[in-house]
Order: sequence, then structure tokens, then C-alpha cells
Amino acid sequence: MENVISPTKQSEPHSEMTPRLHTVQSLTHETRDTFTIELTPTDGGKPNRFAPGQFNMLYAFGVGEVPISISGDPDKPDRLIHTIREVGTVTKALAHLRVGSTIGVRGPYGTPWPIDKAKGNDLVIIAGGIGLAPLRPVLYSILSDRRKYGQVVLLYGTRSPSELLFRKELQKWRARFDLEVKITVDRAVDPWQGNVGVVTTLIPRVSFDPDQTTAMLCGPEVMMRFSIMELRKSGIPEENLFVSMERNMKCGCGLCGHCQCGPLFVCQDGPVFPYPQVKKLMNIREM
Amino acid sequence: MKDLGPYIKEHKFLQGMSNDHFDLLLGCASNVKFEAGEYICREGQEADKFYFVRHGRMAIELNLISQGAVTIQTIDPGEVLGWSWLFPPYVWHFDVRATELTRAIAMDAVCLRNKCEEDHNLGYEMMKRFAHVMTKRLAATRFQLLDVYGKRN
Repeated sequence: MENVISPTKQSEPHSEMTPRLHTVQSLTHETRDTFTIELTPTDGGKPNRFAPGQFNMLYAFGVGEVPISISGDPDKPDRLIHTIREVGTVTKALAHLRVGSTIGVRGPYGTPWPIDKAKGNDLVIIAGGIGLAPLRPVLYSILSDRRKYGQVVLLYGTRSPSELLFRKELQKWRARFDLEVKITVDRAVDPWQGNVGVVTTLIPRVSFDPDQTTAMLCGPEVMMRFSIMELRKSGIPEENLFVSMERNMKCGCGLCGHCQCGPLFVCQDGPVFPYPQVKKLMNIREM
Repeated sequence: MKDLGPYIKEHKFLQGMSNDHFDLLLGCASNVKFEAGEYICREGQEADKFYFVRHGRMAIELNLISQGAVTIQTIDPGEVLGWSWLFPPYVWHFDVRATELTRAIAMDAVCLRNKCEEDHNLGYEMMKRFAHVMTKRLAATRFQLLDVYGKRN
């Protein structure tokens, strides 16, 4: 929590509920339904600083707002980068933006991944589908300070090879000697030569010191639940597990209650939670 | 055969097995190698072997008329390929292909089935281990069927 960045502290005179205008500098299609946009503020200033795991509310004018995790490098503050999957009206509108279009941005909001707390530990990062986007800033941060961590493992699962995000970066990361990257898909046809199977099957194939390992998970909740079972079997203590939760958000700052999950507001208390804090909530069907 | 001993003892699937049982297994084992792209078995063929993967990767494939060969699972070092040898009619249900140079220990199914019949302790030990693998794969398959990564085309 030590590196939480609050929007109101750094972007005066913008209030927490006032969008700051940003211009689309580029829009790149990652997969059939996922794209990455790079934004700069129209006021000539720099984008608000953020910590890995935090999110912004992106406002497509006339359509609506949507919470999107930041997928860029926190050490490269000139451009704000979001990777977005088209799933609803607002994200569809964002997908049709052009270079030069203007959108509103509020944030960053929410709790970050505990990258400082993980220093000195081995690190297992588990991402499923679009869940790699909120974890990419973690990888940027860790790789820029690589000596502070033990073994670093990225396990990434998605439906098929054509739905892999950040392909070029995955190739670069796989080529590093100080980062173990394992990718799996649910099903594949030629020419895929990699793993096929669910992401949980990768966990026993990597080595880490369970007592000294921090795990960060982001993806569909069912994937996180199964992965946590496997991580627990390998001996990682519950308090070293961190998950990113997703709920329907409206205000992004704990006012409206749309994202309430039991006693927690996902926008304010999360989206990144220590697993023990949400363990019971993840197993309640109505949640 | 003597050379295979350490490979068998080191294999994850067999960890914790008694030396007597290792010796019995060794009598049914042979060292095999498959080139990248080589088929290890075909759907419908007699399942007269199963494999402890030592190095490389095997892809379990299903041939679909509309899509060709679809890989539904891969088997990595430390894992075991094949349980069709355990149950009649002893035929493979899928095609299996080596996706890269793959080394494995092949177990003669008839040889081992006979030994399991003669020594039920060995049989129970093998069944326990295979049941564990089957349970894990069933759970993984259910998870795969959920198609959790979002909407389809």
C-alpha cells in the first residue's frame, strides 16, 4: 500500500470526479477484440503517475465511463497506456477511437500490487487472458530492479495462440535468463508448439521457494481460485498470495457502492487484495 | 536395462516407490526417442505401451474434419502419457505426436499388466498413481471446458 498514488494529490485542480482530457496518440490492435491505446493529456502536462495495479476511469464522451487497468510502464510517465478488451458499449466506443480523438480520464484509483513487499522473495505471476494487462506494469517494475528479487516466473494462460497479448514482449521476456516465462493455451492447431492445457498445470512445472514466494494473480476468478489451490499445494502461505478482483464500477472512488463486495469496495479497497481478505468472498456464489 | 534404473527412479510419477517395485517395472521398460513431428500412437491403435516422459513434449491431438488436428493437451517431462493400457479394450483414444525431440521410457503394457496381476501391491500402487493423474486431468478438462477467458467470436 505504500506506493498508492491518489489522483487528487497530484492533479490539482482536477477533483476526483472531474475527468482530465487526453488525446489518443496511438491505438494498436493486440488481438481480435483487444487493443492498446496510448494517451497524453491535452493540457500539455504529463499523465498522472500511477503504481502497478491501479486503474483509471476512461470516459468515451456521450457513451459512458469504464474502469480500465493501466498496462504501461510506471517509469515511462510521458504516455498513459491502457489495454482494453471490447466487451460492452463503452469499450466498443473506445475501440473505434482514432489518433487525435479526445477522451476523459479520471484516476489513478485503487490499490497496487505489493512489489515492494515482494522484494527479496521469489515471485510467481499468474495471468489469464486480459489479466496480463494489469500485471505488465509489475513486470516492467521488477525487471528494472531485477536484482532485488529471487526467481521470477510468469505463467500466462489464454484460450488460443491468436489471443495472446503483447507477443513481442513475451518473446523478449522469454529470451531473458533471469525470467522464466511459461505460456499455455486451452487449445491449439498447428503451428503452435507450446503448452496446451489450463494455466494451473504450469504451476508444478516451475521451481520456487514456497516459504519465500509472493504470488500475484489476475484473470477470471475461477482461474484464480484453481490456481490458488495449486499454489497452496506447493506450500505458498496464504498471506503471500495477492489477487486482482473485478466488479462493476461506477464512480471508481468508493462513493456509489456499485462495486461493493461484502464489506469491501473493490474500487477503493482493491482491486488488488491480499488473498486472505477476499478468500471467503470469492467462494460465495452471490458475490 | 541397467542404465534405465536411474531414469525410472528419478521420474516424478514414480517417486516414493519401493525398490522391489522399481525392479519389477524395470523388467518392462525400454528407452525410446521420438523425432519432432513423429507420431507416438494413433487413435484406435492397440495401447500396448505407455510412456514416462523424460525430455521434450508430446501433444495429445484430436482430428476434427473442420479444423484438422487440434491439440487438447501437452505432456511435459516428469509426466506420464497413457492410461488406455489399463482398461479393456486397450486402445488409444487420441493421436499423440512429439512436438520436439522427445525422450521417454516406454513401458510394455502386457508385461506390466501381468506383473500387476501377480503382485497386487504393485497393481494397487500403479492404480493409485494413475488415479491421481486421471483426477487431475479430469479437473483440468472441466476447467478447460468452462472457457473462462471471455466471449467467443
